[in-house]
Amino acid sequence: MADIRTVGVAGCGTMGAGIAIVAARAGFRTLVHDTRAEALAQARKQSEAFFAKSVERGKLKAGQVQAILGNLVGTTQLEDFRACDIVIEAVFEDLKVKHKLFAELNGICPPHTLFASNTSTLSITEIAGGSGRDGRFVGMHFCLPAQLMKLVEMSPGLNTSEASFQAAWDFCKALGQHPVKTQDSPGFILNYFLIPFNNDAIRLVEAGVAEPAEIDKAVKGAMGYAMGPFELLDLVGMDTQLLLCEALHALTHEPRAACPPLVRRMIAAGRLGRKSGRGFHVYRDAKMFGA
Amino acid sequence: MRYSIIDTGESRSFPAPHALTQGATAGGDVVIVIGAGVGRGLAAVREREKKTAVVLELGTECLGVHTGEARGAEGSNVLGFARFRLGNAEPAKLVELVKQPGTNPAALAAAKAVFEDAGLTVAVCNDFPGRIVDRLIRPYLNAALRRLDEGLASADDMDATLRLGLGYPEGPIALLERTGLAAHFDVTQALYEALGDAAYAPARRARVARQRA
Repeated sequence: MADIRTVGVAGCGTMGAGIAIVAARAGFRTLVHDTRAEALAQARKQSEAFFAKSVERGKLKAGQVQAILGNLVGTTQLEDFRACDIVIEAVFEDLKVKHKLFAELNGICPPHTLFASNTSTLSITEIAGGSGRDGRFVGMHFCLPAQLMKLVEMSPGLNTSEASFQAAWDFCKALGQHPVKTQDSPGFILNYFLIPFNNDAIRLVEAGVAEPAEIDKAVKGAMGYAMGPFELLDLVGMDTQLLLCEALHALTHEPRAACPPLVRRMIAAGRLGRKSGRGFHVYRDAKMFGA
Repeated sequence: MRYSIIDTGESRSFPAPHALTQGATAGGDVVIVIGAGVGRGLAAVREREKKTAVVLELGTECLGVHTGEARGAEGSNVLGFARFRLGNAEPAKLVELVKQPGTNPAALAAAKAVFEDAGLTVAVCNDFPGRIVDRLIRPYLNAALRRLDEGLASADDMDATLRLGLGYPEGPIALLERTGLAAHFDVTQALYEALGDAAYAPARRARVARQRA
């Protein structure tokens, strides 16, 4: 397996931009592709601001930042990815969109290039099936925000070769991340446990067991969690929780993954969470009040 | 606030001396009944109606077992409580304070103040099996044990994912190893019987641990 020197990140949304920061910071030449030049420009600004803060906090030296930013190149031309040894895809969570992208990349990239997907809800094997190189395809699920979170859930598809998985695993460690190996199974590890846990908390409110603020207090006080389930749900947003539930439940049919009816009522009532000023808690000027 | 304690034997909430047990006096407006025999303890409270609050330590049972229930309007100056505790690990600083639909608000406020003055965190909940935390975490712990059996990931990788991904101080498998799989079986089995929800059915590894204990 050839050494990985150049990394391609396809899709410059929040996830893609974060993954690109991780790769460039670890010393890899990093190309970020997006069809939207303005998305690339915005990510560039945010990356510069992020690294400036890293210098302020003493995590990086000013001299290093110049080299890192020199390694981080945005492009609207997918053809530029012919130089890449690995491509990490972070585009919209839609199987057709991902298949189209990988089929195109398969024609552009040399045979040794590894393909990776940052999907959180789709099957690695299913995405790999439309990539033209399912033997060299791995799941690499970063956590949001990727530039701060060390965890990467890595999963082989059914046809992924051991050598490809090992090469991607070594690359992940070279990124300075903490890889964990998981089956290609709905939600992998994190979302498989988190989405139903949050649903269970919502069902406690539906059942009248306790108020959201009391449940948050109880979980933090008993388990030492940094956030209660409703503080976390308000950050995630009810609209996103609904999408996550629909994705996980459609694949597993597990009752705990089904979206609790209260979520839909809250969406209808405009109580989306922090972003709308009210979810399970009320927010004013980004400060939290119990609801 | 002055309060007295009636000790009816081994208490899961206060297995060792604590600011709460040490701060008790002979009399007072609040009576806290701790230990495994709170039913007897409640009967022993003199002039119960004149107390601001009488607070009974609960196990996995509902408060209604001790007070009786009346078509959704039950409630008085008698409340329930349990300090959260996993197996024989040290109890958490969390106290779940259990009220009923008709609980006297002054009784609730007084009980809450007594626990908080002793440095405990109080979460108020209604009278359901498992209260808040057990009701919420037992399905999660059962799922973690089941997924370990199914080969989703290694125990270390599952634990690392929950620690790094969500900032939990401890992953589910390490937590169960530290606090006892058999103890988890006992609680989740009781909730399974009470709630009839398959998510509480004890995971295989918990059953094995109970059978070996």
